Amino acid sequence: MNERRKFILSMARGIGLAAMGALAWSAYVGEVRSAPLILRPPGALPESDFLRTCIKCGLCALACPYETLRLAAPGDNNPIGTPYFVPREIPCYMCEDIPCVPVCPTGALNEASLRNEAGAWEIKKMDMGVAVVDVEACVAFWGIQCDACYRACPLMDEAIYLKYEKNERTGKHAFLKPVVNTNVCTGCGLCERACITEKPAIFVLPNAIALGKVGDHYIKGWDSGDEARVAGAKAETTQTQINEKSAVDSLNSDEGF
Amino acid sequence: MKKIRFMILRRLTQFGLLGLYIGANVFGWTVLQGNLSSSLLFETIPLTDPYAIMQMTLAGAVLGFDVLLGALIITLFYLIIGGRAFCAWVCPVNLITDAANKLRRVLGISQVQKRVYMSRAIRFWILGLGLLLSFVMGVAAFEMISPISMVHRGTVFGMGLGVGAIIVIFLFDLFVHENGWCGHLCPLGAFYSLLGRFSLIRVYHDAEACTACMKCKEVCPEKEVLHMVAKRSESVVMGECTNCGRCIEVCDDDALGFSLKKFATQTKEKSL
Ligand code: SF4
Ligand code: SF4
Ligand code: SF4
Ligand code: SF4
Ligand code: SF4
Repeated sequence: MNERRKFILSMARGIGLAAMGALAWSAYVGEVRSAPLILRPPGALPESDFLRTCIKCGLCALACPYETLRLAAPGDNNPIGTPYFVPREIPCYMCEDIPCVPVCPTGALNEASLRNEAGAWEIKKMDMGVAVVDVEACVAFWGIQCDACYRACPLMDEAIYLKYEKNERTGKHAFLKPVVNTNVCTGCGLCERACITEKPAIFVLPNAIALGKVGDHYIKGWDSGDEARVAGAKAETTQTQINEKSAVDSLNSDEGF
Repeated sequence: MKKIRFMILRRLTQFGLLGLYIGANVFGWTVLQGNLSSSLLFETIPLTDPYAIMQMTLAGAVLGFDVLLGALIITLFYLIIGGRAFCAWVCPVNLITDAANKLRRVLGISQVQKRVYMSRAIRFWILGLGLLLSFVMGVAAFEMISPISMVHRGTVFGMGLGVGAIIVIFLFDLFVHENGWCGHLCPLGAFYSLLGRFSLIRVYHDAEACTACMKCKEVCPEKEVLHMVAKRSESVVMGECTNCGRCIEVCDDDALGFSLKKFATQTKEKSL
């Protein structure tokens, strides 16, 4: 009997310790896996799939000729061992042959997502994030000519263009304002790298952070192509019960006075 | 020299492999690229950590063919050369824990400290917990905290605060518990010890030649596996043996040596 009690007690102790360990461990894992601002290599799966699929081998980083990709080290505050890039330091140069992707052994970098119908590489299909302009910090919006970001962009005039506007302050100059087409921009960060301000006025953010979503309630009536976007929309009919009692003319009633 | 021949060989393989990985990053060598989680040998053959693959699969990842093949190759490899041969011959953490152990012996800490108060079974709990948490959290749980990956990846790709992991393991093994990490906690070692039960290359003990000096038990990091010493002639079958060869080197009577696994029934007949 005593032996059995001992056994049960030691079992219980084991389970208690395991539960405690599991709690601390899972809390830590939950904490370190969320890095909403991280920028992943080209062709990366959506973040939660990427995190469970990347084995942290670093083959993508080894394949990158510009040393753009780095593996998160302890202390970087990013999910440990996973590849990411910091555009202001080294942007992605959007290599024509995308060497970082086919070496990935797990499929965390999805080759198929970067090929066109003919099976050739299509660098325009990269979608690491999107560039955002801080119009207060960008000197082009002050009226000073710059266009550094515009000229740095591999998809010049597609992903980023210059919008000309009259400078009413001087009356004789033009604004050359950089505007990003978020549908085309790949998030390579060459613009962020090129930006001349102390802290870049144009910078790349992950799509999930930077992009809004209209939803089904609005449609471009003038654009027949926009129908497709709301194809899945469901009509929702709400019914409000009408009050059956007659309305009371509270102002003109004597009640309460 | 004969007394440290396996030690020298082990250090050569450990540092040699590290050198190849570092060379791949620094000089662009293409012999062995990547790290211990997954690598590419001669730019063609994938090699992958099977425990990581198990966690990732449980986490719900749909994995590419390359890593699955790599995990199969590694599993077969260690089924032949001995499961925890990974520990003694490849793992970089072994360099740290061996160093701690050495210093422990020099300082005579084990004489002062009670040797064992942590169960060697904890590692198997952690192994299972790693799989369970991977399933629950949807991300390879041990890979998120693994000091083995941290140390190896850090050495190849840049350490960051990863030096902390090295220091913690070193101090733990030095002051807290003899063979604390590798012998009690590490789930990867536990995983390989499961493979080791079925491995082909094992240490064989010849009880007839043995003079019962017990030097082998003194030097072995997993003493339990040598339970047959001076009693029966048989192979070390317990998976925890790391095939480090320390016992073989230390034995003056040639009572221990590497051989293909001999099964207990065969060996008994022999000793009769
Ligand atoms: S596309 Fe080229 S520059 Fe960009 S991450 Fe891949 S290898 Fe590096
Ligand atoms: S090659 Fe793939 S699995 Fe390896 S680190 Fe890069 S993304 Fe992760
Ligand atoms: S990140 Fe900048 S440089 Fe790259 S595509 Fe977008 S706008 Fe162009
Ligand atoms: S027990 Fe773990 S840390 Fe120690 S050598 Fe083996 S795999 Fe490496
Ligand atoms: S039995 Fe021998 S080879 Fe195995 S771990 Fe112990 S000392 Fe090393």
